[in-house]
Amino acid sequence: MKSTLKLALGLSSAIFASTAVSDVAHAEDLTLCWAAWDPANALVELSKDFTKETGIGMKFEFVPWTNYADRFLNELNSHGKLCDLIIGDSQWIGGAAENGHYVKLNDFFDKEKISMDDFVPATVVGYSEWPKNTPNYWALPAMGDVVGWTYRKDWFSRPELQKEFKEKYGWDLAPPTTFDQLKQIAEFFQKRQIDGKTVYGASIYTERGSEGITMGAMDVLYSYGFQYENPKKPYEMEGFVNSEKSVKGLEFYKALYDCCTPPGASNSYMGEGVDAFKSGQVAMHMNFAFTWPGLQKDENVGGDRIGYFVNPKGPDGDQFAQLGGQGISVVSYSDKQESALKYIKWFANKDVQAKWWSLGGYSCLNSVVKDPKFPSSQPYAQAFLDSMAIVKDFWAEPSYAPLLQASQKRFHDYVVAGQGSAKDALDGLVKDWTQIFQDDGKM
Amino acid sequence: MLDRTADNVARATPEPLAKKIRGISDKGLAWLFISPTILLLLAINIFPLFWAIYLSFTNYRANRPNEVVKNLGLANYRRILGDQDIWIAMQTTAHFVFWTILLQTVIGFTLAWLIDRKFRGHAFWTTIILVPMMLSPAVVGNFWRFLYEPQIGLFSYVVSFVTGIPPTNVQMLSNVELAPWAIIIVDTWMWTPYVMLICLAGLRSIPEYIYEAAEVDRASNWRQFWSITLPMALPFIMLAVLFRGIENFKMFDMVNLLTGGGPGSTTEVASITLKRQAFESWRTGYSSAFAIILFVAVFGLANIYVKALNKVKQR
Repeated sequence: MKSTLKLALGLSSAIFASTAVSDVAHAEDLTLCWAAWDPANALVELSKDFTKETGIGMKFEFVPWTNYADRFLNELNSHGKLCDLIIGDSQWIGGAAENGHYVKLNDFFDKEKISMDDFVPATVVGYSEWPKNTPNYWALPAMGDVVGWTYRKDWFSRPELQKEFKEKYGWDLAPPTTFDQLKQIAEFFQKRQIDGKTVYGASIYTERGSEGITMGAMDVLYSYGFQYENPKKPYEMEGFVNSEKSVKGLEFYKALYDCCTPPGASNSYMGEGVDAFKSGQVAMHMNFAFTWPGLQKDENVGGDRIGYFVNPKGPDGDQFAQLGGQGISVVSYSDKQESALKYIKWFANKDVQAKWWSLGGYSCLNSVVKDPKFPSSQPYAQAFLDSMAIVKDFWAEPSYAPLLQASQKRFHDYVVAGQGSAKDALDGLVKDWTQIFQDDGKM
Repeated sequence: MLDRTADNVARATPEPLAKKIRGISDKGLAWLFISPTILLLLAINIFPLFWAIYLSFTNYRANRPNEVVKNLGLANYRRILGDQDIWIAMQTTAHFVFWTILLQTVIGFTLAWLIDRKFRGHAFWTTIILVPMMLSPAVVGNFWRFLYEPQIGLFSYVVSFVTGIPPTNVQMLSNVELAPWAIIIVDTWMWTPYVMLICLAGLRSIPEYIYEAAEVDRASNWRQFWSITLPMALPFIMLAVLFRGIENFKMFDMVNLLTGGGPGSTTEVASITLKRQAFESWRTGYSSAFAIILFVAVFGLANIYVKALNKVKQR
């Protein structure tokens, strides 16, 4: 009996001790929060090197894009401690900075000699700075992203299609350089029989629930002359948001939706676009560049069958593209800020950034993207570089969420539901946005 | 056995505690037992209600905890009641509630009446009919989204087969005219069995001797239906309408899964608007006011309805 008691005591002590040791070993495990998508898998792979180097374990909390903002903004607003590090969307930066969700990184950058001059300027403004264009940094540019286009190179290169296209439109079937050309190509392919299958012109963003249609429509509107505000008078939107050029841009987006998208594509965003392209339904596909590595590897549409092109020019020759991507920040409610900062320092390292790109992440470090070998490192690298040079982003104000909801509604009502005119939609948007800024005391 | 256990517990209770318990009246003891439940209800039901009422008079935003909360008086209520988009959402809700209730009541009562005939295999068919109701709305929403898919959806192909319209033109969720009906069809498919069950309970509660008396009086089947079946089942039908009305007034899951309120705002019912304002735009004060307005509307309508129901029952 005595020996049994001793054995039980010994076993329980061993179990207790092992649990305690394991707790100590994992006490500094960091949790990184991000969206559930391909680059997140690449980051998991990359972060194994961090654990090897520092002994700090990494846990990941990935949420699908459709719930990403809801889930993590709730977490930040409730001062939750789930995330030690967060790769938050570019538009969150204003709210996260002003509400104290992110740790300001200026002192840390100075101490560790991390210079923002080493990163692509557009990503520094887009992902790190608040207020914009001031040296106040709340994140390290982590994942460069931009809206661009993929196309079916194999279809474009078919002689019979090239001939027919040339006869019909008078120019060679090739990746479009203007939006008018893009629409002509989309019309050409719409409901065409290719290899016994009906195909469609283009997949574009039309999603209503989160940010889809705004990202898509803005991607076109910028190049048509849309501006968020009077450059000389902040928050003055009348005549800029609803300028004649903006109206033309929105009319174009609706025309493209009406003429050339697959049936039922009234709520499409990143996932639906990828599905449409991968299943061979569309000739062209608007999407963020993060989807490109996956498509390039796809057995059915990847390899030699796929090509990439930069967002085309508008009628006046202006050319812009919608910025995507995110910076990585330390959450101010985390108890492990020191370790989280170690991760940021490690992530900013040149070699780590080079590996990040090779694994499928989009580095924002100049030394990676300006490497002479970069454009030829992947078939989409040049299109990514060219696109990143022309980016514009949505409002990054603390009120970005209601601003986005207003544009989602106005654009979807007009483009998909066909209610009212483009002018009505943009006039309504000016009204909504003015009300939001007035509520914020900014007007 | 129980007495012996009670005696043992009584003997084991320490004397000072036993004295205290002996001093409590039956009423006091009853309050002691129900107080945890009452406290729980106060904490999770009543307090949030009063808190929401308080917030509805402020500019509070849950995503800006550092901002000073200002009292706006009735400004949120005025803005909501003057907002055209809110009224459109209310109209959409009313349209949805009206048609779903009408269809579910008619079909549900018809099915209950047929099942009540007790034909051969009626128990089997009752079980089959109840299946949709047992599914999770998330599952139902997702698989109907696939059924409605214009290129691969079975629904589109069935409609195409019947009407001759190409399936890719049957865009139930993308078409402004069809999208509200797409949701009504799914809700009716899912919840008609529930209405049927309540109606069936009503039909089965009608005593057989009333029909026997009617037979003796040579009343036709039609006459029996209008003079016995329908009036006696009416309180049950009204109860089903009440339950479905309240449920559909706050319908969220199905709309969110099927259309997300689109295309445009054509299926944006009040609960979707409320969710967008509260958890996407983070206008907590404003959305609290909207929630209170909805609560008062449902509560008021339900009260009027319950009074009518009581009158019918008293007849």
